[in-house]
Amino acid sequence: MSIEELTVNYTAVVIAAIAGFGAMAIMFGASYILAPKRRSELKDMPYECGIPPSPYSWSQLHVRYYIFAILFLIFDIEAVFLFPWALIFVNAIDAVFYEMLIFIAILFFGLMYGWKKGVLQWR
Amino acid sequence: MSLLDLLKTISAIMGMLTVLSVIVLSLTLLERKFIGRIQMRKGPNRVGPFGLLQPVADAIKLVAKEDILPTWVDKVIYWVSPLVVFIPTFMIWVTIPVARDVVIRNLDMGLFYIIAFSVLSIVGLISAGWASANKYAIIGGFRAAAQLISYEIPIILSVLAIAMLAGSLNLERIVDAQATKPYIFLQPLGAFLFLCGGLAELGRTPFDIHPAESEVVGGPFVEYSGAHWSVFFLAEYINTFAIAALTTLLFLGGWLFPGLPGNVTASGVLVFLTKTYLVVLVIFWFRGTYPRLRIDQLMSLGWKVLVPLGFINVVVTAVALKTELPEIILGLISFVILASTFWIISVRMRTAPKPEYTVRLYDPSLEGLNAR
Repeated sequence: MSIEELTVNYTAVVIAAIAGFGAMAIMFGASYILAPKRRSELKDMPYECGIPPSPYSWSQLHVRYYIFAILFLIFDIEAVFLFPWALIFVNAIDAVFYEMLIFIAILFFGLMYGWKKGVLQWR
Repeated sequence: MSLLDLLKTISAIMGMLTVLSVIVLSLTLLERKFIGRIQMRKGPNRVGPFGLLQPVADAIKLVAKEDILPTWVDKVIYWVSPLVVFIPTFMIWVTIPVARDVVIRNLDMGLFYIIAFSVLSIVGLISAGWASANKYAIIGGFRAAAQLISYEIPIILSVLAIAMLAGSLNLERIVDAQATKPYIFLQPLGAFLFLCGGLAELGRTPFDIHPAESEVVGGPFVEYSGAHWSVFFLAEYINTFAIAALTTLLFLGGWLFPGLPGNVTASGVLVFLTKTYLVVLVIFWFRGTYPRLRIDQLMSLGWKVLVPLGFINVVVTAVALKTELPEIILGLISFVILASTFWIISVRMRTAPKPEYTVRLYDPSLEGLNAR
């Protein structure tokens, strides 16, 4: 694939981003013109099901989200390695195939170890 | 790249935007009608013939509704996060082909591009929850992040197996490789993983943990109203259609149908749309049928069932391709793994210890009225 083709293809991607932005800008503009704006103190309060909201809103969050985020990072980066391999391994030499199987096995046993340790349990 | 090409691309993208808006309108009506029929109601039937103009009325209402900006929100992030959710979902459509050569740009890494961009909307959901300065919104945003990143992995792994089979990440070539057999016959396990993960990515029932109305009152969207809320809504429906379209392209043979010419644009588009709308109906059908999973059940299903299954799927497909196993055997193995998973889950559900409830029935003799 030539550089020129790459430019042409990804120009379309950039144009799509700009078009999406533009469409939203038109919509928000229309809403800005059409929609009524009547502010009141009660209406602008955060909605917490009718109970008066307590002032500290950015509350602390449980650490369990963090653990799953780390797990996701590992498995998502693994995808970057797996995709190029998936396209070529059939015609490549055997070592390529076995090496990636070992890589997948390490990841899989890592997952099993985490499972055994109770990392995957939502607490 | 000449100016003419540029203009062509721009007009094609504008056309896509229009078509997608019409599709979203049709999907909202279809969903309400279909869920209505499932629940033995009629659904919307007042605006226009058979309620056909209902989505238009809804759109006008949403644009003309007040956009409330609560006092405590982080203003910039609050206004920007709908865009962060919407733009990636729209950009995906650059490379989704509707029929042969009916696509804006047929990227060589199309599938990889789609996977990479569909993850971006998580950022929008988290920042929407965070900026709202509302406890429900923050919990909802983080739930969305936890759920979406967990179910991204089964999707990646099932897509990987498809890439191996087709030997390409180009969606058009993947469809061409299915000329004699749709991949759902070779990869029933992969199709299950993809649809399951896709439903979770959409945040639709049974995986609607983050906008769960009865738990976190709408999750990251609690504080949004009017045009900004409708952007989230638009993105959700475009995503629903994208997942259905990808299921069609990757597993159901795209625009190919036995007996119909694959090269004719009109019949290709027709076949593609029919298949996609059928998948969409299945997604709506789930919504009408299943209750919502609890968040711990959702995470266990994702990490303890779908991710290991995804690994098994990849390894089985790789070994089958390397040893040149006949395709029918690959399909059979995949099906057996899927069926045995269902069987193990159902056995474990039946044999699991039941939680004990103490039920107190009304006992008239304790009231003292019967004693007389």
